Amino acid sequence: MALYSEKVMDHFRNPRNVGTIENADGVGEVGNARCGDIMKIYLKIDDGIIADVKFETFGCGSAIASSSMATELIKGKPVSEAMALTNKAVAEALDGLPDYKMHCSVLAEEAIKNALEDYYSKHPEQRKDE
Amino acid sequence: MRIYADNAATTKMSKAAIEAMMPYITDIFGNPSSLYSEGQRAKEAIENARETVGRCIGASPKEIYFTSGGSEADNQALRSAVYEGKIKGKTKIITDTIEHHAVLHTLKKLEKEGFEVVYLPVGKNGIVNADDVINELDDKTCLVTVMYANNEIGTVQPIRKIGEACRRRNIVFHTDAVQAVGHIPVNVTADNVDMLSASAHKFHGPKGVGFLYVRKGVRLHNLIEGGAQERGKRAGTENVPGIVSAAAALEEAVSDIDKNTEKLTHLRDRLIKGLSEIPHSALNGDLKERLPSNVNFCFEGIEGESLLLLLDDKGISASSGSACTSGSLDPSHVLLAIGRPHDVAHGSLRLTLGENATEEEVDYIVSAVKEVVSYLRGFSPVWRDLCAGKSKFLL
Repeated sequence: MALYSEKVMDHFRNPRNVGTIENADGVGEVGNARCGDIMKIYLKIDDGIIADVKFETFGCGSAIASSSMATELIKGKPVSEAMALTNKAVAEALDGLPDYKMHCSVLAEEAIKNALEDYYSKHPEQRKDE
Repeated sequence: MRIYADNAATTKMSKAAIEAMMPYITDIFGNPSSLYSEGQRAKEAIENARETVGRCIGASPKEIYFTSGGSEADNQALRSAVYEGKIKGKTKIITDTIEHHAVLHTLKKLEKEGFEVVYLPVGKNGIVNADDVINELDDKTCLVTVMYANNEIGTVQPIRKIGEACRRRNIVFHTDAVQAVGHIPVNVTADNVDMLSASAHKFHGPKGVGFLYVRKGVRLHNLIEGGAQERGKRAGTENVPGIVSAAAALEEAVSDIDKNTEKLTHLRDRLIKGLSEIPHSALNGDLKERLPSNVNFCFEGIEGESLLLLLDDKGISASSGSACTSGSLDPSHVLLAIGRPHDVAHGSLRLTLGENATEEEVDYIVSAVKEVVSYLRGFSPVWRDLCAGKSKFLL
């Protein structure tokens, strides 16, 4: 059996939404290099919708694939929906991750939430709208 | 095209090893403990293999005990030496921080049993200072265990000097020579070694076979009780095809050492030169005192597992000391021991060349690694911060 599912390998080999966004509305960074994983998420938000999302990741195959999948799952979605993203949803969308790699999906969820919190902190009025 | 550059993990069986094995998985299938001819022919084959193996490392046949591999040999050697020591009231063990886990994990267990273990640090070049070992030797010491060559960074240790000092003080000296035997000249007599572990699949023999050399007069304790195989020191019906094959593989490897060393050293240095062109990279382990096949680098700003997966896509099989490839949270204990910070140790790559490697393959590896490292750095937030001056380059 292969280490990763085909879906993981696809998102690892051809990561979606790689890069940065200048003057992003929200930026989130989680993890640390000491542990071997860092994810950074950039959000462009228009009218409460995730208009664009980009990521940068330092990490293993599943960390890169999880970042890629997480960005796909929230792109074009309302902020409230993005805020409800779970690591389980990321892992399931990737057709599963090995047990000891589940933390990569947790990191992806946290990176997205971190970026959304950054957005809310700049736009507190948006949070009230929830 | 596939380039297998992970020969420190395992090697492809040689033609000689496969051919030597064949009769013993077909016609000569007898149990060596049986009296009838099928059994006795198998017995004879094992004894011939023992003689060959002994000759290859400068030992007599009676000093060779076949095991299931290097790990078993390490376990048995360590436990034998320390239990013998304990009888005489000696409970101190001296080792270093870059040993294989077969040694380190056994020593951890022995610490729980009451033995004192001194873990000597290694230099930044990945080499144990023989004088540090010598200064630690005392009347309480029952065992010194220092590997012949490191499995990750390939550094060759000052075995002869350590062995000489141990011999003078009558302290048992064990060396895990799994990466050395069949690759560099090893002679237990000249090296003053009391116990030595080796594994067949590292020198083009089969998996599941290894041996422990035990100098005459050094007592061995059993790990496995049962029949009287291996002079009563390792029970269980012998792995006849494996043992015969291991001996054939070793004989060939040893006879080719000079030729292979010259060729591999040239290729290794070409590979090191090529990879050194990658900015913010560094070779791990001493440049000269290393196995002819071993190249190990750290690349800043990237993580090793993703590097390996992309190299695999490009047809290259390699390995890494990153935490993600070890299944633990910490990167390689060897890279940490030579002073690489965690951040950098995660971005390591080990390439261990085979004897059939070519210059073209080495050049292809260099270009593939350059491409993949630069691709991964392209979306690494760590690399971005380094380039932006937000954090300091470590390499």
